[in-house]
Amino acid sequence: MATIAFLIPLVLLLGSAVCGAVAIAKTRGVVLPDRVVSGLAVIGPALAFVLSLVLFKNIGHGSVMAKGWDWILLGSSWVPVDFVVDQLTCVMLMVITGIGTLIHIYSTGYMKGDGGYARYFSYLNLFMFFMLVLVLADNLLVLFVGWEGVGLCSYLLIGFWWQDVAKSSAGMKAFIVNRIGDGGFILGMLLIYQTAGTLSFSGLRAFVESNPEAFTSGSGFLGLSVATAACLLLFLGATGKSAQLPLFVWLPDAMAGPTPVSALIHAATMVTAGVYMIGRMSFLYALSPTSMIVVSTIGALTAFFAGTVALTQNDIKKVLAYSTVSQLGYMFIAVGLGAVSVAVFHLVTHAFFKACLFLGSGSVINAMHHEQDMRKMGGLRKRMPITCATMTISAVAMAGIPPLSGFFSKDEILWKAFSSDLGHGWFLWALGMAAAFCTALYMGRMILMTFAGSCRADEHTKAHIKESPKSMTGVLVILATGAALIGLLGVPHFLGGHNVFGHFIDQAVPVMHGEEVVHGRMAVEAALAVLSVMVAVAGLFIAHRCYVRHPELPAQYAEQNKELYDLVNEKYRVDEFYDQSVTKPLERLAEGTFFKVIDRRVIDNTVNSVAKTFRWLGARIASTTTGAVRTYIAVMIVGLLLVVLSLFT
Amino acid sequence: MLSCVLFLPMVGALALLAIDRSKERLIKKVAFGFTLATFFASVPLYFEYDAGGALFQLGQDCDWIPSLGIRYSVAVDGISLLLALLVTFMMPIVVIGSVKSITNKHRDFYVLLLLLEGFMLGAFLARDLFLFYMFWELMVVPMYFIIGVWGGKPRIYAATKFFIYTLFGSLPMLLAVLYLFFKLKSQGAADPEVEVSYSLDALGQLSLSLKEQWMCFLAFGLSFAVKVPMFPFHTWLPDAHTEAPTPGSVVLAGVLLKMGGYGFLRFAIPLFPLAVQQAAPTIYFLAVFGVIYAALVALVQTDVKRLIAYSSVSHMGLVVLGIFALNSDGVRGAVYQMLAHGLTTGGLFLLIGMIYERRHTREFSEFGGIAKKMPVFATFFIIVTLGSIGMPGLNGFVGEYLIFFGTFQASPVTAIFAVTGVVLGAWYMLATVRKIFFGEITVEANNHLVDIDTREIIVLAPLVLMIILMGVMPKPFIQKLEPSAQAIVHRYDAAVEK
Repeated sequence: MATIAFLIPLVLLLGSAVCGAVAIAKTRGVVLPDRVVSGLAVIGPALAFVLSLVLFKNIGHGSVMAKGWDWILLGSSWVPVDFVVDQLTCVMLMVITGIGTLIHIYSTGYMKGDGGYARYFSYLNLFMFFMLVLVLADNLLVLFVGWEGVGLCSYLLIGFWWQDVAKSSAGMKAFIVNRIGDGGFILGMLLIYQTAGTLSFSGLRAFVESNPEAFTSGSGFLGLSVATAACLLLFLGATGKSAQLPLFVWLPDAMAGPTPVSALIHAATMVTAGVYMIGRMSFLYALSPTSMIVVSTIGALTAFFAGTVALTQNDIKKVLAYSTVSQLGYMFIAVGLGAVSVAVFHLVTHAFFKACLFLGSGSVINAMHHEQDMRKMGGLRKRMPITCATMTISAVAMAGIPPLSGFFSKDEILWKAFSSDLGHGWFLWALGMAAAFCTALYMGRMILMTFAGSCRADEHTKAHIKESPKSMTGVLVILATGAALIGLLGVPHFLGGHNVFGHFIDQAVPVMHGEEVVHGRMAVEAALAVLSVMVAVAGLFIAHRCYVRHPELPAQYAEQNKELYDLVNEKYRVDEFYDQSVTKPLERLAEGTFFKVIDRRVIDNTVNSVAKTFRWLGARIASTTTGAVRTYIAVMIVGLLLVVLSLFT
Repeated sequence: MLSCVLFLPMVGALALLAIDRSKERLIKKVAFGFTLATFFASVPLYFEYDAGGALFQLGQDCDWIPSLGIRYSVAVDGISLLLALLVTFMMPIVVIGSVKSITNKHRDFYVLLLLLEGFMLGAFLARDLFLFYMFWELMVVPMYFIIGVWGGKPRIYAATKFFIYTLFGSLPMLLAVLYLFFKLKSQGAADPEVEVSYSLDALGQLSLSLKEQWMCFLAFGLSFAVKVPMFPFHTWLPDAHTEAPTPGSVVLAGVLLKMGGYGFLRFAIPLFPLAVQQAAPTIYFLAVFGVIYAALVALVQTDVKRLIAYSSVSHMGLVVLGIFALNSDGVRGAVYQMLAHGLTTGGLFLLIGMIYERRHTREFSEFGGIAKKMPVFATFFIIVTLGSIGMPGLNGFVGEYLIFFGTFQASPVTAIFAVTGVVLGAWYMLATVRKIFFGEITVEANNHLVDIDTREIIVLAPLVLMIILMGVMPKPFIQKLEPSAQAIVHRYDAAVEK
């Protein structure tokens, strides 16, 4: 079992190396046919999936520890490269390898004929390797290896078509914005290690249980308690990786990458790493109510904020990108409330419906000759029936219509917010409900603008629209099926279910606020569920009214509220704000003050005037310096010889 | 054994002088043979050095100039062992790497290069302060000529600047060395037990007043700070790097700069602990300011080499930060970072050299879209870049993280700024990659670029392998240096407590 834990990432590392070698060989004229490359590319993820299944079947109620090697000596003890597999890891493994394999298969169709076919799969395999390291890691530092590694692959894949400067800049932006968060992550780890002397999850949990006061009392850090400071620093890392306020700005730009990449990295797996990490560290967050309030509030604000932006975007991938930011916000509401299993449940359902939506959008974009503007789409349901059906199912699932998966996971989050004892539950719930309304509306809008009505593309494009190949549609069908049914694993008690999923995860991450089924509250829970369904239906209904029956309405509305519309459409101008308040001033400081004034004028001028004095002196004793290198060398060697000789006398 | 490693390159320099200067190929082969032989002679040192045993091992000690109390005394501890191995590892790579960039006066060049190797090894291995000082000064001479003779256009300015900076630092150091010796001599006159010599062990027993410590620390420290180089003594480095030929830059960044950090660890901290304790906050401030300052200045450079030079200043600032954290994590991290920085920055200069040999320019505006023509080159460049910006799993991260941890224990606020510097590091390095490799090719000449050949791959491959190995399995290195790092810290702690 322990060997399997190491084997799972290893097969992907090998896969990546093999594909990389194929890519390099191609530059030297050795070309393998794409079909062979496809085989080499898919075998790694598929094997990893099988191995993950084995682990999943055997994990039962326990956990598996896999010892690796000693890595870095911190203080007086080595931080080891160890892996641990528990129920939470298992679920993540299934999502990563399962959806990862599907997306690899889809990619063999989507990327067909691309010049960098092997290179693409080399990066994609490498991404899965790091993602697996991230979820298998037994301590924060090894998790950080995966954490930065997925960021690297995200950088490489966003800028995959590097001939386009805009695309490679988007990749760079993703990396650097993430790095800001990672700075927080590093500081958080330092603080935790200094307090507890370990970074391993089990070790930390034991430490926190035996002496929590080490984290809650004492001098603290920058005026906060150690627990609060550490949690907030780690959370800063999470806001980068999981695209939350204020570091979400890279994710919309990341849509520059190939669409399957958006599905795998920027929807299903990597961006959920922050949720996973906080889930893993939930025992520490439990010590700091402040940090939990911050996490859940940021989550709720992000959910609402990104939901509104998604309403106004016309690029189909941008709608999905902001929708991802918004859905991740929901997950942070849940982890911020200590409800890890609920967050992970939404993570899983989201992985299915969002991956399906992204891949579906890829199918549409391919058919439309790389057109991403929904205003030029429409009426595709007849030409692309499978894409249309699968995307619609996923969209409705995300909107929260029962019995599809999104309903169960989102509703549970809203219920947790409402019933929370942190004091701001109603606020989270209200924002969550507002975001839910946005979700239904923008999803309805996207589906209707793309598939309903008549086609608004030009004649040439129109003539070539056809359904994608089976390697792509097959994957869509599987994902849509998942998006429809996976929610049934988590049917809550008030609907007569047993929440199998929640109980499974709870074995790995014990619930902090032990919540029993209170029958009196079940009525409230049911009423709220009905309310949230009504909100979702209202959203879809309005979408239908605005984009099918009265298509002139949205434009009129935008005209009437021009300032508000522009503000939202321009993504609240956050990018511009960062540019003006951070990037530009830093560049001015570097170029103007530091380089031109301090380096050149102050320091160099001082040195040069010293040099002039020397030259003046030198002119007086110039007769000894002939300037002939040979003479100098000869003198040096003779001197050296004398030195060596004198050694033996 | 140690002496064999130490003198082999100098013997090589003599051997080269015996060859006719027109036999270029033979000269290159002999130079390569001697550097490789030195490397193979030095590898057993790693295995012979027992990290659990005495601090200094494999030593040799005999009278040299007895009348002046100068001894030929060499030995290694874990730190000097690894730094010496860095020298012997880098030199064969430098020699193959310089085959094309050096186009005239071949023999002179390789003689100087071998002498430089010998002098650098001497400085790392010396246990006698005078011996160290001699090598420390000698080292500057071949470097001066390498920049001044084989450098780019304003090479004389760069070489002179290099020389003046160094001289500015080393004269006070000589005075301090002599002061220490005569101080010991006067103590020896009163107490016949005291051994009068320049041996570090003997000098370590000196009891110096705080004022004396300060004077000597300033004299030594200035010299080391110039070599590191620490802000504000860094402006010689961008010029020296930019004008030096590729092998010169590689040696400079790869090894020579480490001499400054090594000097602080080996001499300044053990000999003048009280002054170090008082100076540490100031040095801390300068170092962390330098980390961010140099990173920002790197961001606005238009010449690739100059940018890498400023990145060196930034990274070496981290080293100083680690050293003056004065705890074992910081010192361990600083030494590791010196090794890592030697490999990555040395590698970056080799890479820049390869593109310079093809295009004879290093301006960003002349590049763009080169990944299309040189995909293998781009792959190597990106891996080395990632090592440089501290990607976990590669060598830079281990040193950086340890330094952060050491700094954090000494001063958490400083750690916040140090981490900021690393964030900026990703910014300018990735911007470099983008400007050179990505986008469409805009300059016609770049359409005719040829990807790197087998020789160039042979140059880069060992570096990349080490960058990965040191990132994934740092233990074999950390184990060797750990007792030595701890010894420095313990000695300092004991001195300060007294």
